[in-house]
Amino acid sequence: MSFFGKLTLESIPYHEPIIMVTLAVVGVIGLIIAALITKHQKWGVLWHDWLTSVDHKRLGIMYILLALVMLIRGFSDAIMMRTQQALATNGAAGYLPPEHYDQIFTAHGVIMIIFMAMPFMIGLMNLILPLQIGARDVAFPFLNNLSFWLTTSGAVLINISLGLGEFAKTGWVAYPPLSELAYSPGVGVDYYIWALQISGIGTTLTGVNFIATVLKMRAPGMKLMQMPIFTWTCTWANILIVASFPILTAVLGLLTLDRYLDFHFFTNDGGGNAMMYINLFWAWGHPEVYILILPAFGIFSEVISTFTSKRLFGYSSMVWASGAISILGFIVWLHHFFTMGSSANVNAFFGVMTMVIAVPTGVKLFNWLFTIYRGRLRITVPVLWTLGFMVTFTIGGMTGVLLAVPGADYVLHNSLFLIAHFHNTILGGAVFGYMAGFAFWFPKAMGFHLNERLGKASFWCWQVGFYVAFMPLYVLGFLGMTRRINHTDNPAWNFWIYFAAVGAFIILAGIILQFVQLYVSFRDREQNLDTTGDPWNGHTLEWSTSSPPQFYNFAKLPHVSDIDAFTDMKEKGQAYQREQTYQPIHMPKNTASGILIAACITAVGFAAIWHIWWLAIVGFAGAFVLFLVRAYDNDVDYYVQPDDVTRIENAHLDNVTANLTNVVRG
Amino acid sequence: MSIAIQADLHVAHPHEHNDQHHDKHHDTSANTLFGFWIYLMTDCILFASVFATYAVLYMNTDGGVSGKDIFELDFVLIETAALLVSSITYGVAMICAKHQKQAATLGWLLVTFALGCVFIAMEVYEFHHLIEHGNGPDRSAFLSAFFALVGMHGLHVTAGLIWMLIMMVEVLKTGLTNRSVTRLSCLSLFWHFLDIVWVGVFTVVYLLGAL
Amino acid sequence: MSHAHSSHEAGDFAASIKSYVVGFVLSVVLTAIPFLSVMTHQFDHATTIWVVVITAIVQIVVHLKYFLHLDFSKEGRINTFSFLFTALIIVMVVGLSVWIIYAANELMM
Repeated sequence: MSFFGKLTLESIPYHEPIIMVTLAVVGVIGLIIAALITKHQKWGVLWHDWLTSVDHKRLGIMYILLALVMLIRGFSDAIMMRTQQALATNGAAGYLPPEHYDQIFTAHGVIMIIFMAMPFMIGLMNLILPLQIGARDVAFPFLNNLSFWLTTSGAVLINISLGLGEFAKTGWVAYPPLSELAYSPGVGVDYYIWALQISGIGTTLTGVNFIATVLKMRAPGMKLMQMPIFTWTCTWANILIVASFPILTAVLGLLTLDRYLDFHFFTNDGGGNAMMYINLFWAWGHPEVYILILPAFGIFSEVISTFTSKRLFGYSSMVWASGAISILGFIVWLHHFFTMGSSANVNAFFGVMTMVIAVPTGVKLFNWLFTIYRGRLRITVPVLWTLGFMVTFTIGGMTGVLLAVPGADYVLHNSLFLIAHFHNTILGGAVFGYMAGFAFWFPKAMGFHLNERLGKASFWCWQVGFYVAFMPLYVLGFLGMTRRINHTDNPAWNFWIYFAAVGAFIILAGIILQFVQLYVSFRDREQNLDTTGDPWNGHTLEWSTSSPPQFYNFAKLPHVSDIDAFTDMKEKGQAYQREQTYQPIHMPKNTASGILIAACITAVGFAAIWHIWWLAIVGFAGAFVLFLVRAYDNDVDYYVQPDDVTRIENAHLDNVTANLTNVVRG
Repeated sequence: MSIAIQADLHVAHPHEHNDQHHDKHHDTSANTLFGFWIYLMTDCILFASVFATYAVLYMNTDGGVSGKDIFELDFVLIETAALLVSSITYGVAMICAKHQKQAATLGWLLVTFALGCVFIAMEVYEFHHLIEHGNGPDRSAFLSAFFALVGMHGLHVTAGLIWMLIMMVEVLKTGLTNRSVTRLSCLSLFWHFLDIVWVGVFTVVYLLGAL
Repeated sequence: MSHAHSSHEAGDFAASIKSYVVGFVLSVVLTAIPFLSVMTHQFDHATTIWVVVITAIVQIVVHLKYFLHLDFSKEGRINTFSFLFTALIIVMVVGLSVWIIYAANELMM
């Protein structure tokens, strides 16, 4: 074995013009960003105030930035697949050779689920959850920073695979025996394993952190059944994270042993059983989709109740419906592989359980409808996303119930019908929710409003594009077209394939408009400042802070006695109170430990992928030493002095008084 | 990996930013212990997944040895005894720590450490013995699952031993501070938790396997 | 955990030790029974399985109570509930996995 393990100059895909051009573009963009940072002398700010920050709000923003960057990557994969299929009809080869196409659909799935949707969800949760429960930060701020960097570490590995070696050609589920060494001897599956493993550990730690936060850090007076609904749905999602991600860790670990040490868990020979991988993968994978969707449900609930200026209908039924979905989410996973051919009883049990989930989900939809009923719904961008969701997700849910019938699933399994179904729920459900949350909480996070017109235009492109892109896939599924096809030769499919490709470009327009919206809003931010901190006449505590919130969140911890705590304060005239004196505030110091440890772990992952064992040892030792240094660092906190608090608070409250007439707008 | 997670929670000081009192250590250590407990729950599920895999694969011997052929129960009984005794010695160390008896704490930690080392040494011997006779994890799915499950527990114990060593140095240097007692309490949870997992291992793997 | 909450009174010392000793003695007994029943073949096959499984479950409960100090007190309750929830998930995941794979194996025989 050479010094660099399996890594040689041949590992760079010179012969792939598409990849080389992409790398060049990414390189140029990176250089431009670096040049801009240097020009404005922001390297210090970037390092001291952001990369090393333990502030949940900044980590939230960084998570969302990661999600947006990965959205571009994942969507590029999507549009390449759509154009490839459109160009490769009637027996034509298209422009993507199969071995490249296979990597693209694998990367698309992994990136969209693990590195787009998850960071987006966790980002919003980081940003808002501590504010909603009236806490100054999460229970373990340093751990929060480390979780973010571990997630990023996985994202870095997956992006390195673009320019060094290859990515898995197995589909995002990496089923053995295809993903075993015998059939995937390259480094693609290893990239997959280590990217998921490292980011998965980060996610598990996030789950632990937020459960401790919610149970131990609530503002005085706030009972569990008074937590805002977004906090509740996030809590269920976190419970699902800590209950399901270890299964992923385990199953990836076993696959690693198979590939690296010649174990026989899932191999064809030696008595291995590939179905056990599929089983455990989905025992994680199904709760995972509820981890994605539950916080989105919470966002819709907040949006609907805020913009109808009403209390959420059926708060406690919403909480318990989420709980029911969480528990049921753990006993339905076999519906992903009805066709493995287990017994009729097994298929019947999981089929029925799957259908049962539609009940608590239906409860939620009715709750939203009843909240809107006799309310005065203000049609803002978050509301548009919510309404779009309600229609789109219902369709996705119904096709899901259809797929839950084992007999029907035998026909539709792995067809484009399935692809249409899960995009309908994950995109039309989870992603629409994050978009709603993004528009809803943007002023809170950044201190200025997003451009409303561009936001609406973007929404309509997404919404129309979604239907144009995915409805044809239902038809194609019925016509017998399976997923992951590189080229086709069936005239009956052609029209629908072209149709779907058009939809992808409409969604592209939506994404471009969103970035234009960000640019325009940033450019015009001085005219659109959110001076009061409460732009929508909000119900919950995050709106009681300034926008963006002070780094300590609350100068004085609020006392809570109602679900809609801030509405309650406003009604009792207790909002925006000036305190005579403040107590010193205990805060954690920023630390470079998280990013440095994650850098070492990235090195371990990279070394393991390429079999560079000395680097793996160095990386592991480095991470361990850095842990110890952090553990025995006594300089981890400080106090904000009352004078500073008074100054900051008074400045904000002066602003509020001057602008209070603007409180009710939109 | 387990080392990473526990060291990391172990490291994370919760910053209870409660401004009412400067001295909120009682609360922060409660948060740390609770967070660590939740981490242990994730570890439970990690083990459960591997247990499930073992339960599915234990008959897939591929013509090689089965549990009946290779398990020596008297050997396992000594391993079990070492681990069980180490549980109570750690418990005593913990009680001493709570009562600020530094020397006694260190003594009992040392005894626990020695018992843990006995356990690991025996396990290494068992593994080595099996591999030497051609019954390594690459032989069959059963042996893969056996090595993975028992080995994962062994790695956890090893991590616990390293942690214990670090804690002994900390107690020696800084005494029984709030920080070191909180960390010893986390390690206590970890150590007792591993004993519970071992009850599962000797029951499912060794006893039921030897039947 | 209740570790953090146990009081620091001196009289507490003996009581804590006693609790550990009780747990330890119970564990020794609950370890000896299954080992002996398997090693000496006292009972028939099915009975042995029941003895081994039940003593294991009881021993886990003993560890949880005497070593990990799980209880239903106000401070300790949340730990106990999180453990019970985890146990529920484990029973579902392990139980259903075994059912799924064995049912499939049977059809492939």
